[in-house]
Amino acid sequence: MLKTRVIPSLLIRNGGLIKTVRFKNARYVGDPINAIKVFNDKEVDELAVIDIDASRDNRGPDFKMLGRINKEAFMPLAYGGGVSTLEQVRKVLGLGYEKIIINSHAIQNRSFITEAANICGSQSVVVCIDVKKTVFGGYHVYDHLKKKVHKIVALDYACEVEKRGAGELLIYSVDRDGTFGGYDIALLKVITSGVSIPVVALGGAGNIKDFSAAVGEAGVSAVSAGSFFVFHGPHRAVLITYPDRNELENVLA
Amino acid sequence: MITIVDYGMGNAGSLQNMIRKAGGESRISANREEIAKASKLILPGVGSFDNGITKLNETGILDILHIKVIQDKTPILCICLGMQMITRQSEEGKMPGLGWINAKTIRFKFTKESNLRIPHMGWNTVKIKKNTPLFYDMHQEPRFYFVHSFYVVCEDKDDIVTTTDYGLEFVSSLQRDNIFATQFHPEKSHLYGIKLIHNFIAM
Repeated sequence: MLKTRVIPSLLIRNGGLIKTVRFKNARYVGDPINAIKVFNDKEVDELAVIDIDASRDNRGPDFKMLGRINKEAFMPLAYGGGVSTLEQVRKVLGLGYEKIIINSHAIQNRSFITEAANICGSQSVVVCIDVKKTVFGGYHVYDHLKKKVHKIVALDYACEVEKRGAGELLIYSVDRDGTFGGYDIALLKVITSGVSIPVVALGGAGNIKDFSAAVGEAGVSAVSAGSFFVFHGPHRAVLITYPDRNELENVLA
Repeated sequence: MITIVDYGMGNAGSLQNMIRKAGGESRISANREEIAKASKLILPGVGSFDNGITKLNETGILDILHIKVIQDKTPILCICLGMQMITRQSEEGKMPGLGWINAKTIRFKFTKESNLRIPHMGWNTVKIKKNTPLFYDMHQEPRFYFVHSFYVVCEDKDDIVTTTDYGLEFVSSLQRDNIFATQFHPEKSHLYGIKLIHNFIAM
């Protein structure tokens, strides 16, 4: 039986680990290498590393940092942030990352998904879709660079990127990000029922029961979270944690 | 020294890390002399079949690799796409495989109702079917990391080392003489992977 993956998503800004709430109010959490060492000791299923400013600053991935991270990680790694050329795709995978995560560049240049999948296989191409609920209740793609909601309907976009060769979707709810309020199950249901590639939920997990809800009710293949793994207690003290394996298996069985 | 075959298609860096962690030494190379001198080889692979075969051809080391593996019987560990490339052919591509083992590579096919997604991506357990040094003293219920849309079908059932369930029971690792292959990524499988790589080093 395939086990449900539970994936910490680490946001990087200026080489530091940060965490946002609804894509705002970035708070410094600590040194990413230190966090990765802790996650490695806890044998996490997989890690996603996302450099949130790389696209905004119009620069490519920080390969030096990516190399340092990989040296400490004996688990599958995905990297996202500023990936916009095939050369960068090759270089990231060559460093030892299993997957690249494409976000902004895929919106502007959708054929890039196909080109990337052609050189490294669909299984290595994750498309991250930032989704925001509109005032009319629809789910639309959110542009984190321009800080505005696109006209593009999230499901239509998800289906298109699947057709173009994405191997996995990371569905990131802007409204739930950092809130600990649980995943947006309705959004995840819409996406999983429309595509056949694996869907990973991100945004809102505050409790390990949220993981089982996303899997059981929304049918996602994997769950991801940020704040859940780096903050602890009512005052949100920084503490890098990962639930006990048995505890996870009980909840996700 | 373990030589990781460098043809621009693998996560050689991760393998080298893992070998170091498991107590071994390795180099990443596409140099004929270095390949010829290698005591052990690793053929990694992330990517698509035809692209992998093409890149491997372009290195100009295929003949020497062939001699090392088939004639000299140098132990080789082929990982993921590496395992698929040593079969005769793959449904993923048009080019012939290396044909070192009597097997072919085919695609997972599931019905919508099965709710099984492709690629098969994540952690899964393996069932050990025959004893091999690679799984010597392995932990109970070892689990490994998989990412693949295609799988290998062995025509010689004796080659099968482990199987894994995903919609069907497929071959997750095999061995024929000095040729070892895993569909999963030991270099990304924490302590289970370290143990397997350690066993390969100790062979």
